[in-house]
Amino acid sequence: MQAKVKARGTQPLVVTANRLRDGRVVWLGGGGIWSERVGDAAIFDGAGVAAGLSAAAQAEAEQIVVAPYEVEVTLKPGGPEPLRMRERVRVVGPSVLAPSVLAAGMLAEAAE
Amino acid sequence: MDGLDRTAPQVTAGIYKYDAYDRQFLRDRVAEFRGQVDRRLAGALSEDEFKPLRLMNGLYLQLHAYMLRCAVPYGVLSSDQMRQFAVVARRFDRGYGHFTTRQNIQFNWIKLEEAADAIATLADADLHAIQTSGNCIRNVTTDEYAGAAFDESVDPRVYAEILRQWSTLHPEFSFLPRKFKIAITGAARDRAAIQLHDIGLAARRDASGAVSFEVWVGGGMGRTPILAYRIRERLPEAETIAYLEAILRVYNALGGRENIHKARIKILVRDVGQARFTELVEQEYARLPRERYRLEPEVVAAIQAHFAPPPFAVLPQADAALAAACDGDAEFAAWVGRNTHPHKVAGYISAVISLKPIGGIPGDCSAAQMDAIADLADRYAFGEVRVSHVQNLVLAHVRKDELYALWQALRPLGLATGNVGLLSDIIACPGLDYCALANARAIPVAQLIAERFADLHRQHDIGSVYINISGCINACAHHHVGHIGILGVDRKGEEYYQITLGGSATNDARIGDIVGPSFAYDQVTDAVETILRSYLAIRQAGELFIDTYRRTGLAPFKEALYATA
Amino acid sequence: MQLLEQGRPAADRWLRVADAAPIPDDVAALIGLERLAEVPAGRTAPLGVVVGPATLPEELAPLLNRVALIAVAFPKFRDGRGFTLGRALRERFRYGGELRAVGHVLPDQHLFLLRCGFSAVEVADGADLAPWTAALGRFHTAYQAMVTDKATLRQCMRRFG
Ligand code: SF4
Repeated sequence: MQAKVKARGTQPLVVTANRLRDGRVVWLGGGGIWSERVGDAAIFDGAGVAAGLSAAAQAEAEQIVVAPYEVEVTLKPGGPEPLRMRERVRVVGPSVLAPSVLAAGMLAEAAE
Repeated sequence: MDGLDRTAPQVTAGIYKYDAYDRQFLRDRVAEFRGQVDRRLAGALSEDEFKPLRLMNGLYLQLHAYMLRCAVPYGVLSSDQMRQFAVVARRFDRGYGHFTTRQNIQFNWIKLEEAADAIATLADADLHAIQTSGNCIRNVTTDEYAGAAFDESVDPRVYAEILRQWSTLHPEFSFLPRKFKIAITGAARDRAAIQLHDIGLAARRDASGAVSFEVWVGGGMGRTPILAYRIRERLPEAETIAYLEAILRVYNALGGRENIHKARIKILVRDVGQARFTELVEQEYARLPRERYRLEPEVVAAIQAHFAPPPFAVLPQADAALAAACDGDAEFAAWVGRNTHPHKVAGYISAVISLKPIGGIPGDCSAAQMDAIADLADRYAFGEVRVSHVQNLVLAHVRKDELYALWQALRPLGLATGNVGLLSDIIACPGLDYCALANARAIPVAQLIAERFADLHRQHDIGSVYINISGCINACAHHHVGHIGILGVDRKGEEYYQITLGGSATNDARIGDIVGPSFAYDQVTDAVETILRSYLAIRQAGELFIDTYRRTGLAPFKEALYATA
Repeated sequence: MQLLEQGRPAADRWLRVADAAPIPDDVAALIGLERLAEVPAGRTAPLGVVVGPATLPEELAPLLNRVALIAVAFPKFRDGRGFTLGRALRERFRYGGELRAVGHVLPDQHLFLLRCGFSAVEVADGADLAPWTAALGRFHTAYQAMVTDKATLRQCMRRFG
């Protein structure tokens, strides 16, 4: 059912971090843009990811993001899907929502 | 109590009231934090430098956003403070908060650029997030029935408040090797888990009325769960601060600083040995300038005055109205059986508001619920609310003849689940749904288990059992001491769960035993059901789960769990 | 290096002697603790020692009448051992000379250092001193009884500064 983590080096990669000013999950897209949507993420291969990480380090030095790192993904029609559960949760948000959130109709925002 | 004039605050319970100095101190602290955030956003502080500073103000960077952990000192809140949490939840978060096992509250969706405003909003109600994280002395925790429990000899809130003040921005102990947790109890039954803290204090009163402390040191959970040992049997009240200073100095000087997993005081105690550790502390204590650190009786008396009993009415112990209500309403009677605790004053009782509705998120509370609880506290409980270490709320002083009305008011709010101490009263940390350190989710596991056993009759048949679910080895949900402990582990990026049995956090504290190989996410509920079916099959008359486990040990449970595998 | 003494910028009258360099006998010299044996008994010029964070106060007790400066090294600001060392030197051994924090410390720790008995702190050249002085003006009260604190205001609350 779930894709198993494969050996390093063969899997496509994306670069992620949390945005400094609000902590939200962001993905490094083309042109050094940080997007909240994983679908906007630039895809790297094992050799190319160094460039992404160095762009990310630059963004960290400029107080844009915190603690960037690369994430292994599989490419799905809907966009890249991380292999690890932790990163999948970062993509979709908490898998449980407080009743008040549901009641307030904020579901879409909470799962963005 | 007339209770009809809603214009005036109704807080008459004993709560530590801030004076001008405390308030100025909090304002100064907010200003300091605001400056730190500004320096971080401007790049004058690196993340490495900023992190310990924000942590000492309770601000974490979690998976989806910053999380703010606000202190509820020793679990006691006024109704106005509860309302202020609702304000913070609405203004800076998404309309809810999460009560934790350390008697604090966490907000999950904070923005760094608004964090100082959130903390300033807390300060308006004498609330703060000081030292709710970081390698410093954390929020001192205690018994949620303090000042109310029938089996209490010393009110631990008095000493918890003294220790709160002493530890607040302590210049020597703000950069310890690792976090430092102190718990204190003053009752016969330990409801503060003192053997599982860096320092545990058990207050006793002798025949002359003098207070002394049993001092325990070196306990903790996490990766290396260890029970504390008793370093002093009878520490006089006046020496409390001096003795704690001595322990902290030895720890600060000699505690491990190389490896984060070997930095807690429990590891130092284990490595040098209890005898040597005791010797080091006693040496340090002997040469402290005792005068400077003496806890004067006047100071204790001044703090004690804050915790004076509320204006209790003179009532008979047995209450006819309560008995009649129980007779007429079986559901209420069942709730009373589970969700109350005996009070030391005749005609009063402590009521537990369960934050564990079946299928809900353990410990979560919406802003609307917070406001409603604050109103009920004003109406029925002298304007005071407690946070318990199992993530429920407590109204400590309720008239027995008003208990039925309180329960009826709680029902439409979804706050009248009568499951305290039962299987669905599950303790769960935020886990992988929120927490950056997590291996696996904890909340949905709790929900699945609670839903599987949703039938309260079945839960009553099973009887009291504590299930604790932590998303990682940090053990925020105290899984080591759960009757059934569940720990999230990571296996190649997927969620697995290790199960332990037989833990206990009270007087007979014990670390649970690991049953065997871990279970996948969709196997955990079945595993718990198998464990409980085994217990039902082999229990003897009158045995609770923990009793059966102690009698039989791991074997029958292990066999049932892995027989067919 | 810039030097803040009791929070105020000050000139450093001490010469920090490099590990391999000879120890001059005519100026105030700050040397590593391990070189103490090299110092002649008849030395009259002031002597200071740099001590590591693992140093215990009792190790320093025998030299307290020989040294006028103890510089406590903070390898990382998170390493708080120096606070306990400083406080013990002042409180237990009544050390009255200069006590200086060197290495990695943050402005946010400035007040803690002074309250633990430090008299000076070394700040990197070019670093903005404003946060360092601001940190001292931030609080006026505290809940603990430290060596430097003045009147008790009420209960546990004390004024300092
Ligand atoms: S136990 Fe682990 S996953 Fe759970 S809250 Fe604590 S650190 Fe996070």
